Amino acid sequence: MSNEFYALQVNGIRHEVRDAWVGESLLYVLRERLGLPGTKGACEQGECGSCTVIMDGEAVCSCLVMAATAVEADITTVEGLSSDGEPTDVQRSFVNAGGVQCGFCTPGLIVAVHHLLDRNPSPSDLEIKEAISGNICRCTGYGRIFEAVRQARDARTTDTSGGE
Amino acid sequence: MDTKTDSSTRSRFGALGTSALRPDGIPKVQGRFAFSSDAWADNMLWGATLRSPHPYARILSIDTSPALKINGVSAVVTADDVPGKLTYGLIASDQPVFARDFVRYAGEPVAAVAADHPETARRAIAAIKVEYEVLAPLVDAEEAINPSLEKIHPDGNVIRRQRIVRGDQNLVGDIVVEGTYEIGMQDQAFLGLEAALALPDDDGRGVELFVATQWLHEDQKQIAACLGLDTDRVRLTLGGVGGAFGGREDISLQVHCCLLALVTGRPIKMQYGREESFFGHIHRHPATIFMRHHADRDGKLRRVESRLVLDGGAYASTSSAVLINAVTHVQGPYQCENATVDGYAVRTNNPPCGAMRGFGVVQACFAHESQMDKLAEACGVSPVDIRLKNAMRTGDKLITGQVVESVAPVERCIRETAALPLPAPLPESPDPLEIPGGSGLTARKSNVRRGVGWGVSIKNLMYSEGFDDYATARCRLADGVATLQFATAEVGQGFVVLAQQIARTVLGVDTVLLEPITTAIGSAGSTSASRQTWMSGGAVDGACRLVRERLFEWVAKKNGLDPIRLAVEGTDVVDTMGTLRIAVEEATRGMTFDETFEHHHRPTEELDENGQGNCHVAFAFVAHRAVVDVDPELGLVKVVQIATAQDVGKVLNPLAAIGQIEGGIAQGLGLAVMEEIVLRDGKMRNPSFTDYLLPTALDAPEVIATMIEEPEPQAPLGAKGIGEPPCISVTPAIVAAIRAATGRQLPRTPVRPQDIVFGP
Repeated sequence: MSNEFYALQVNGIRHEVRDAWVGESLLYVLRERLGLPGTKGACEQGECGSCTVIMDGEAVCSCLVMAATAVEADITTVEGLSSDGEPTDVQRSFVNAGGVQCGFCTPGLIVAVHHLLDRNPSPSDLEIKEAISGNICRCTGYGRIFEAVRQARDARTTDTSGGE
Repeated sequence: MDTKTDSSTRSRFGALGTSALRPDGIPKVQGRFAFSSDAWADNMLWGATLRSPHPYARILSIDTSPALKINGVSAVVTADDVPGKLTYGLIASDQPVFARDFVRYAGEPVAAVAADHPETARRAIAAIKVEYEVLAPLVDAEEAINPSLEKIHPDGNVIRRQRIVRGDQNLVGDIVVEGTYEIGMQDQAFLGLEAALALPDDDGRGVELFVATQWLHEDQKQIAACLGLDTDRVRLTLGGVGGAFGGREDISLQVHCCLLALVTGRPIKMQYGREESFFGHIHRHPATIFMRHHADRDGKLRRVESRLVLDGGAYASTSSAVLINAVTHVQGPYQCENATVDGYAVRTNNPPCGAMRGFGVVQACFAHESQMDKLAEACGVSPVDIRLKNAMRTGDKLITGQVVESVAPVERCIRETAALPLPAPLPESPDPLEIPGGSGLTARKSNVRRGVGWGVSIKNLMYSEGFDDYATARCRLADGVATLQFATAEVGQGFVVLAQQIARTVLGVDTVLLEPITTAIGSAGSTSASRQTWMSGGAVDGACRLVRERLFEWVAKKNGLDPIRLAVEGTDVVDTMGTLRIAVEEATRGMTFDETFEHHHRPTEELDENGQGNCHVAFAFVAHRAVVDVDPELGLVKVVQIATAQDVGKVLNPLAAIGQIEGGIAQGLGLAVMEEIVLRDGKMRNPSFTDYLLPTALDAPEVIATMIEEPEPQAPLGAKGIGEPPCISVTPAIVAAIRAATGRQLPRTPVRPQDIVFGP
């Protein structure tokens, strides 16, 4: 088994995973084998959303995905949302609006909100709540997170409305 | 002069009073911030813990040899391998590092292993053979008081009893209302699971630990004692902390992780999963509280009687402090001269309980606020009027005899909450997400009833009963850059940004660097009890002021002035009686000013046998009004809106303050309608996020908040701690609103669907 490997496509880069136990979750492999600890684990049951990544355009809980089954997928983690190292609009709005306290749920929320706004650039407040209801935050009570998403939404809407 | 300085710098972005942005914000949103679970070292092993499946059992034998035979397992340790003290604890050292003779709760650590992969470690744990003689657990807190019962721990079954006897013990009011209230066991449920990385020293006689904790120095002391090492051979660095809320005040994996590192001579990483986290940290005490209120016919409160029983679980943790908070706050934020109170914190074979946000006061508040509504009804006045009539003021005496010297704007809290707008009624055809049951599409709008409820609370700030929980900070100013050092645990609350704001304001600098948070400097005390803004804020402020004095002396000497004439204005040092104006950056070029300051709060006393004494430092107050929609047939609740006015002293960072208020309200909502660790015969039935329900974005109510700013003269920055009050009276307010909507008595929190549908 020592020469066996599988490859994952993460943030546009091909990573070979060698000598891994086949039972490892995508979350574990990202964090412990690929040097991408930005994705967090907090429940191992797909309940809290801290481990959210984008897999082939869908937001998934990476704790529930066996890494070895993700070989064909295009995976984006919180580290891959920005190509130049600068914070994205959503990342900035989370900081500016006070949506970050302990920050443990934050990477999963950031990925979930990117996923939301990329599919629906002008979600209603209720759509925002529903979209992030799979991401548990224990610190903020969500108020400043709603505000952050609204700010990001409004900025995107303003940016694009001029061209319409 | 100070006032002038403050007002001129207040508007400067990043100074005190502004919504300065936290320095760890960008790293956190980019996934670059290193939490303790992200720590990693070459050649490291994974640690894991074997825990008892039984709430109470005698250990007959432990055979670790099958685990050691597994390929990849480096070490297995048990109580026999603990080189120092076999027990630890925050107040009483009564909790074993590993169980040796008895296990006293389901989940108690029995052994730990180190292996090359988490999965190997899990298999190793499963391979350890422990032979138990299972005993009948003591799980009823009331029963634990019975002195004739066998002791389940050498320290006895009653952890602490405290009475309060004040005034007329025979007074009977014109109006008497009573009730027995129950509070369930809540979990802190911080998102960032317990995790640490221990690095052994080359000589094997010391260890370095990166850990998520609330109090580095207390951990250091307890770890060193258990390892039999000098304190300075155990060095701690705060790993990024993913929330705490009281659940990281006690030792969890610290000693195990360090011990495995010393035994193997290799770095050890330990990280709990969610289920193990439920077993690995203490919880909020479940409580049963009887209360009888005596009042005049017009509702003026004359006497409170109360008997409180708090279930501390198997080990003491902070139970005695939690009990003191409960008994001394049972009158609520109301004037009352006569009291008869008897409180117990007892030991059972349930999971250990300790500090959680609002510790002790949350439980007492649910009881006294439920009582205030009963009193209002009995007197024929509104819930608001009964609270206004009895509202405490500065100078009033508590039932402990302590005079409330703190600013006490209870009446303002109530009035300003009442003035906040009520939410709009449900629309004609609401989205299913807006009504109880949400996306389950279960409730019908025609069944939904709306209710409004109130809660008001008083909370002590800082540690009590003679404990000097001081805080230390160091400030270095060189070339216009300030560098701060402190051991204050940043757990998410934002002390890191507050510290920068203080330095910017006091010293007139823009750039404030923060040293790593370690035990290399003196203790900051615990990040708990709403104390760090006051205590560590006071320490940072003190250190910065000392540095500013040195700076003024230097500038004065160079310019032939009296330093007393100098002040900081914006980013300049100015001569208030002349024309000199020099940028701080310019004035400090080539110079280094370096000062350390310890902030101590005023001394407090222990309570006497009648519960009398000045045991608390200061108090903060808050009012909550809850609006709920309920489907009484299905027992479903949606919390629509929380209005609140909170006594904050002074707002130092509006963005951080509203974050604390909204976050605390969500936790109080959890305790009101969904969060409870369910126990059966001492065993947890729901140690997972699938079964222990937490408020989601769809459960979050609209929050409208007013911050009442009446600067607290005792507080170094005029600001009171704001972390705990938001979660205290919101729970009884929500339950009162459900009572109003349903007519049910609901003497227990959290309110479950069956309580609404079938309850009395």
